[in-house]
Amino acid sequence: MDLFFSLALQILYGIANLALISLGLAIVFGMMRVINLAHGEFIMLGGYTVVVATNNGVNLWFAMLILAPLVVGLIGLIVERCLIQWLYGRMIDTLLATWGLSLLFIGIITSIFGASTSTVVSPPLGTVTIGEYTSSGYELFLIFVVIVLLALVYLTLKFTSLGLVARATMQNSDMSACLGISTSKIYMVTFSLGAAVSGLAGGLLAPITGVLPNIGVIYIAKAFITVISGGSAILAGTTSASVLLGGVNGIMSYITGPTFGEVALLFTAIILLRLMPTGITGRFFRKSQ
Amino acid sequence: MRLYGTFNGTLVIAGLAIIFTLIAPSVFQFFTIITLTQVIGLSILALSLALVWGFGGILCFGQSAFFGIGAYAYSVAAVNIGGSTGSIFIAILAAAIFAAILGYFIFYGKVSDVYLAVITLTVSLILYSLMRRTSGPEYKIGKALLGGFNGTGSPPLNMPGDGSAMLFPMQTFYVSMAILIIAYVFTGWLVTTKFGRVCVSIRENEVRTELLGYDTRLYKLCLFSISSGIAGLGGVLFCVGVTRVTPDVFSLGQSALAIIWVIVGGRMTLIGPILATFVLYFLTSSLGSQQIFNANLVLGIILVVFVLIVPNGVVPTIMNWFERRRAKRYARQKERRMKLRKHRAIG
Amino acid sequence: MARREVVVETRNLSMHFGGVRAVDNVDFELREKELRCLIGPNGAGKSTFFKCLTGQLRPTSGDVVIQDIIMTGRESHEIAGLGVGIKTQVPNLFDGLTAVENLWLSSRRWHGDRRANTLVKETIDRLELGEIRSSIVGSLAHGQRQMVELGMVVAAEPWLVLLDEPAAGMTDEETFKTAELVREINKTSALIVVEHDMNFIRAISDIVTLFHQGSIFMEDKMDVISADPQAREIYLGHKT
Repeated sequence: MDLFFSLALQILYGIANLALISLGLAIVFGMMRVINLAHGEFIMLGGYTVVVATNNGVNLWFAMLILAPLVVGLIGLIVERCLIQWLYGRMIDTLLATWGLSLLFIGIITSIFGASTSTVVSPPLGTVTIGEYTSSGYELFLIFVVIVLLALVYLTLKFTSLGLVARATMQNSDMSACLGISTSKIYMVTFSLGAAVSGLAGGLLAPITGVLPNIGVIYIAKAFITVISGGSAILAGTTSASVLLGGVNGIMSYITGPTFGEVALLFTAIILLRLMPTGITGRFFRKSQ
Repeated sequence: MRLYGTFNGTLVIAGLAIIFTLIAPSVFQFFTIITLTQVIGLSILALSLALVWGFGGILCFGQSAFFGIGAYAYSVAAVNIGGSTGSIFIAILAAAIFAAILGYFIFYGKVSDVYLAVITLTVSLILYSLMRRTSGPEYKIGKALLGGFNGTGSPPLNMPGDGSAMLFPMQTFYVSMAILIIAYVFTGWLVTTKFGRVCVSIRENEVRTELLGYDTRLYKLCLFSISSGIAGLGGVLFCVGVTRVTPDVFSLGQSALAIIWVIVGGRMTLIGPILATFVLYFLTSSLGSQQIFNANLVLGIILVVFVLIVPNGVVPTIMNWFERRRAKRYARQKERRMKLRKHRAIG
Repeated sequence: MARREVVVETRNLSMHFGGVRAVDNVDFELREKELRCLIGPNGAGKSTFFKCLTGQLRPTSGDVVIQDIIMTGRESHEIAGLGVGIKTQVPNLFDGLTAVENLWLSSRRWHGDRRANTLVKETIDRLELGEIRSSIVGSLAHGQRQMVELGMVVAAEPWLVLLDEPAAGMTDEETFKTAELVREINKTSALIVVEHDMNFIRAISDIVTLFHQGSIFMEDKMDVISADPQAREIYLGHKT
């Protein structure tokens, strides 16, 4: 029983982790149909923000929850204004440009901080004991944060005017442009919000994974799969794909070890796409958000 | 048939490449010749991407996945068989078959452009993290240890049929150049065939091609497999040049490099990406020896600048410039002739 | 005259979009070497019907039968693969390629290299496309693009031709040329033509099928339809 509980918790954490690293990407993709290849680097920048801030004596919680999303959101804003806005309607060029950006960020951070980890931030909160198994309190905290984050996105989409405009734009961007909604402004806000969420993810994960200039690579593969499998609906897509893929990954990792967990995850996603090319939400929840 | 290109042009360039091969040993230092083998491998990777992306319009961001599979398949096969000739074909086949299986899911699922780009990239990244984890004695195929992070050794090329007669570096260079030229001529020929033209038409307008009665999924799948086989061949030469293969062949940076070569060289040409590979390789390796500019930083800037300013690539831009100049000159001559005629008529 | 064989048939064909019945229980027949025009006001369902025939839409229910093979919901390339030439409503060409290249791609699907080249040459002469043969199709005027697309149909020598609004956006002269061409194609193949231009229809057609609210309203010679007051009302959209 304890083993089952512990395993369930582990899988739940895997799912939450997947949702956390994908949400920022999903927001940008759902709204703008743009896959941001610099997504991993936004997460990486969030991690570095936390490391730099705590080294300078800033409280860890403040750095993770406030500073990381703020800084990365700002970077996202600058990126959107300087680069992305010139490429709207040129989907492939946007992909390529954000890829260039990703290399650029890796290059800049390597030049400043060097190629290896500078400082390790130790995870706060101790361990939680369940029967004879222990679980990290921080992982429980992360699960909680993801639930809150998803709820926030839901509330924003459902009850704010920004959310309404966002939903309209998601459904039909030409139409909302006709209604006098400035698509450009919406995209600007969306992109920086997506970046901020990625920054938050990076900040929260920094204590677990440490920071490296090219750590983004670890995240993006999983984030891409999750978002693409989920389809364009931000909330339903991310959640359903995270549950499915996180579940498969968790179970396979438990049975065969972590090496094949990721392969199983990829395999599931590819078969899923053969069956539903527009993602889970493209097939099942057409009208979801 | 302008956009399809002519096969004559391909042959002229192939001829120039043969001349280059013959004079290279007397121009370059011995060390450069050794390095050239791996650059040739990389340029074949660029060629394969130019084929699948430039001509077929299939946005394969993870072309290095097939490149890496080729390199690993060659190394494993050559260690086990003890000869390189058969192993090269095994490598090509391994990459092509892997691509065929992956492509079946992608093309028959009618996955759109952007998804395809991201899926192929993701496949490459998964292979990257998979191969990095293979660092124990339990991970071996036959006699070949996969070696995880450090990768596995790649045996040098040998005389066909005689596994113990290793080629000298100079011979390896000749063989590599020959393979590059053959691959180039083959690709150049392929795009002028019916198959190649249908692939171009799919790039231009997939729905219309389908309405003409072509099974576009099948064409795309074939092109994807062929180009992946070529990428696998590039992987073979690369790992022979480096003498080992590490998971880095699957890394994000490697995939990005391939894209950058094709963009810089020009998507619609085959020779452009090959030339871009050579030029950028020596440019970045000379940057690598100093510490001020990080190589990633430079590549990132190149990619962003090209996407924003020279989206067509260098070679097509130069070609267009020449064509425009020629057209202008022709127009001017015509005008002059007309004036002369008028003068005469008046006179 | 002996009745020729039925080559295209739909049985209870329906296409619903949400609650809208764009095509509703249509039974339709086309015989060998027949030329049939589909007419009807906007939204009558003729274009949707056409798209079901060409495989661009998968019908909600009912069947499309071509040459005794049930082709319902097949891919476009499979339908075209039976030897059917299709021209969609919006000019749909390879914009980056030249006119010759466009024709060649269509012809080469069915014929060997040499035959394809001859056919392309013939088509260019027949449609008087000589002047624009090497122009990039994307830069041509609308009427010329329509002509190139008709040429693509002709160059493949199909036994069945499906044309959606071939004369749209053409000058009078071009329309006349197109009508002549359609009649010529009809010597060797069966045709279904969706069209708005009444003069064009008068110039080419034998039997006309009038669509109204997703169903076939009547099917007869053009003069009979023109004479029918109800049909006129539907077609001209008068409300009395």
